[in-house]
Amino acid sequence: MSDQDLTERIAELLRLLPAPPDALVDAAKEIPKTRAEVDHIVSMALTDVAFRAQLIADLDGALASNGIKPRQPVLDELRARINND
Amino acid sequence: MYAIAVKGFRLGAHDADDVFQEVFVRVYDRLGTLRNDDAIRAWIAQLTRRLCVDRLRASRREAPSELVVSDLADIDDLLAELEEAMTVRDALETLGDMCSEMLDRFFCRDESYKTIGDALDLPPGTIASRISRCLTKLRLEVEGR
Repeated sequence: MSDQDLTERIAELLRLLPAPPDALVDAAKEIPKTRAEVDHIVSMALTDVAFRAQLIADLDGALASNGIKPRQPVLDELRARINND
Repeated sequence: MYAIAVKGFRLGAHDADDVFQEVFVRVYDRLGTLRNDDAIRAWIAQLTRRLCVDRLRASRREAPSELVVSDLADIDDLLAELEEAMTVRDALETLGDMCSEMLDRFFCRDESYKTIGDALDLPPGTIASRISRCLTKLRLEVEGR
C-alpha cells in the first residue's frame, strides 16, 4: 500500500469513529453523582421505615420534609426504583 | 462504544443514546471489580455489542423485517473494521494535543475548516495544511506499530 493509500485508509478509519454528542457525554459523567445521591437516599429509606413509607406515598414531599433537594435525574431514578419495588 | 452502536449496528440516535448510557451505568457499577485495565476496553466493546444486539432483537420483534442473518454478517465485518479504527485512534492520542484535536474535529466530528479555525483561532487555510501534516504524522505512527 502506498503512503498516499495508507493515509487515505487512515482518514477513512477515523471517519468510522464518530464522536458521541456532547450532551450524551455530559449526561454519562453525571451518572456516578446521581448514583451516589440515590444510594444515599435509599440507604436512609432502608434504615428508617417511616421515611421509606413516606417516600413511597409522596416522594417529593418526603424529600422536601427531610431537607433534600434532589436534581431531576435523581428524582427520576428514585421514581423508577419505587415503581419497580 | 458510540461507534459500535452507530456505525457497527446502525442504531438510530435514540437507541444509540440508550445503549451508551446503559454501558456507562454498567461500567460504573463494575468499576470496583475490573482489575485488569487492558481487559476493560474489550469488556466494554463486548458489553456494547450485546446491548446493541438486544436493541436489534427488540426492534425485530416490533418490525420483523428489519434484521436478517446477512445483516449480522455485515455487522461482524464492520466491527472488525472498527477494531482497526480503534488502533488508529490509539495512535492518534500519541500525536500531541494540536494534531489530535484537529484530526478528531475534522474526521470524527465532521467539522469544517472554518469551524475548526474559529475554535483554534487559526485561518481555515492553515487548518487544511495542518490536517495534511498531522495525517502524515499519524501514518508514520501507525506504520511504526
